[in-house]
Amino acid sequence: MYFASRITRELGGAKVYFKRDELNHTGAHKINNCIGQVLLAKRMGKNKIIAETGAGQHGVATATVCALFGLPCTVYMGAKDIERQAPNVFRMKLLGAKIVAVESGSQSLKDAMNEALRAWVSSVEDTFYIIGTAAGPHPYPMLVRDFQAVIGEETKEQIIEAEGRLPDSLIACIGGGSNALGLFYPFLDDVSVSLYGVEAAGKGLKTKEHAASLSLGSPGVLHGNRTYLLHDEDGQIIEAHSISAGLDYPGVGPEHSYLKDVKRVNYVGIKDDEALEAFKFCAKLEGILPALEPSHALGYVMKIAPKLDKNHIIIMNLCGRGDKDVFTVADALGVKL
Amino acid sequence: MIRGRRIENKFIKLKEENKTGLITFITAGDPNYNISLEVMKSLPASGADIIEIGMPFTDPMADGPGIQASYLRALKEGQNLKKTIELIKNFRKDNDNTPVVLMGYYNPIYKFGVKKFLKEAKEAGLDGLIIVDLPPEADEEVCNPANKMNIDFIRLATPTSSINRLPTIIKNSSGFLYYVSVLGITGSKTPKIENIKKNIKIIKSLTNIPIAVGFGIKTPIQAYNISKISDAVVVGSAIIEKINEAYNKNSSDVDFILNETSVFVKSLSNAINKKN
Repeated sequence: MYFASRITRELGGAKVYFKRDELNHTGAHKINNCIGQVLLAKRMGKNKIIAETGAGQHGVATATVCALFGLPCTVYMGAKDIERQAPNVFRMKLLGAKIVAVESGSQSLKDAMNEALRAWVSSVEDTFYIIGTAAGPHPYPMLVRDFQAVIGEETKEQIIEAEGRLPDSLIACIGGGSNALGLFYPFLDDVSVSLYGVEAAGKGLKTKEHAASLSLGSPGVLHGNRTYLLHDEDGQIIEAHSISAGLDYPGVGPEHSYLKDVKRVNYVGIKDDEALEAFKFCAKLEGILPALEPSHALGYVMKIAPKLDKNHIIIMNLCGRGDKDVFTVADALGVKL
Repeated sequence: MIRGRRIENKFIKLKEENKTGLITFITAGDPNYNISLEVMKSLPASGADIIEIGMPFTDPMADGPGIQASYLRALKEGQNLKKTIELIKNFRKDNDNTPVVLMGYYNPIYKFGVKKFLKEAKEAGLDGLIIVDLPPEADEEVCNPANKMNIDFIRLATPTSSINRLPTIIKNSSGFLYYVSVLGITGSKTPKIENIKKNIKIIKSLTNIPIAVGFGIKTPIQAYNISKISDAVVVGSAIIEKINEAYNKNSSDVDFILNETSVFVKSLSNAINKKN
């Protein structure tokens, strides 16, 4: 937990804390889940690991635990994502993972997941599939939630230590939704705490280019769970768009759909350009390069914090670091590296 | 047990004649609506006993590259669930006895509306349904309402379906049970006869529902080998490849495409029928 004092002063309203998940080994919250699942794989006697990845963060985390436990690892990644996330592809290779380029469909995260599921049905006897987000068939949404709930548990303990009370608002970005669910889960019964899940609004919620399945999607069934999806009137899945590859998924974990329907969590959208502004803002004021995913969460903090009372405590999950996104950001800002 | 009459009657007839059935799979709307309708109409005369129609979906998780590509081609041609129901309706204009089974994924049906879909598909002449991403735990979604309307809900059993799991899979199945011959996706590995034989024996000890074997059967010789140990043989990816190959050679010559497809389907049918 980290008090973002300069951002708090600059925004002039609520007190802003960051949960610094980007300081985890491999640079994101993803490792929490991978350690849990690889131990499960060991326990079940499976000696090969497969995973899907979008931005490459989950792939890197999976490759890392596989290196540590000496298990062969194959990562399925959309051909398009391989192109736009070259540094993570190289990292995975250094860690000993085999990368399979997925050429089918939209060649991004959902297709990587399709291909990993196909590979898994062909190898289920000796292979464990480490899914990276709180989605997929049962029991993955629960497994991933429980392994990520450490984020919220620590947050609760640490804010009570720092402030002597619970926070007023928790804010996290949502792609599949694992970091948000991990942060929110231990707070679900604390009704005084407002919860905000920030989806990628891409080029705007009024355009067709976004990844806001909760805000703009409708219920459907994909990858073994019923959840809000971006799909057309014939139930064909629509490609999502976000500047952040990690949020670029047309579905969302089913528990978020439930939390939307029972109105426990407010789901909002932040656009590509707002996330970019937040990215620069955080770098300049706090000396932290956030990943583009939590830059969406920060974009929302920047919107609401100035309007809130000085006693209001916001905790935002800074779920990943931004080194991987430097090329994307430079490109978006028109800078040639 | 008496649900979709056409499928049940077909297996009774096959048994009387001591024959193994041939189930042919094609994708609705691939390479386009009209050709898929013409191919469908021609299949019974080429020896198909049951016709399975794939409902195109953007994310077919259980299918290999061949069927994936056919789904994307069909979607590009504007195929949707409404047109797939129309395809059956048009087929039924001159054929009232060949069973038609739709195979696919749940989301397009869910979005269309399950009740509306079952009603319209039944009226069009549908006999059975295979929804690969609905396990028995979700029977209230489609399986139970389909059964009530006398549409057979056909379930897949695989080499990893354990003796403990099989009764759950068989429970609400009717028409036939689809045994997946390989661990994997459609059109991938080559099935091993000995393993299939062993597993079918186990299933037969639990139920008298007919068993069709599919996934990975591509050639007449494979079809022949499988026919000796099953009630029906399913061939899909290989037929789709044949149609597409012919279409790519001469997309405007429908007769050529029909002839190429027919020659292949006949070769499968002949292989199966010489089993004795």
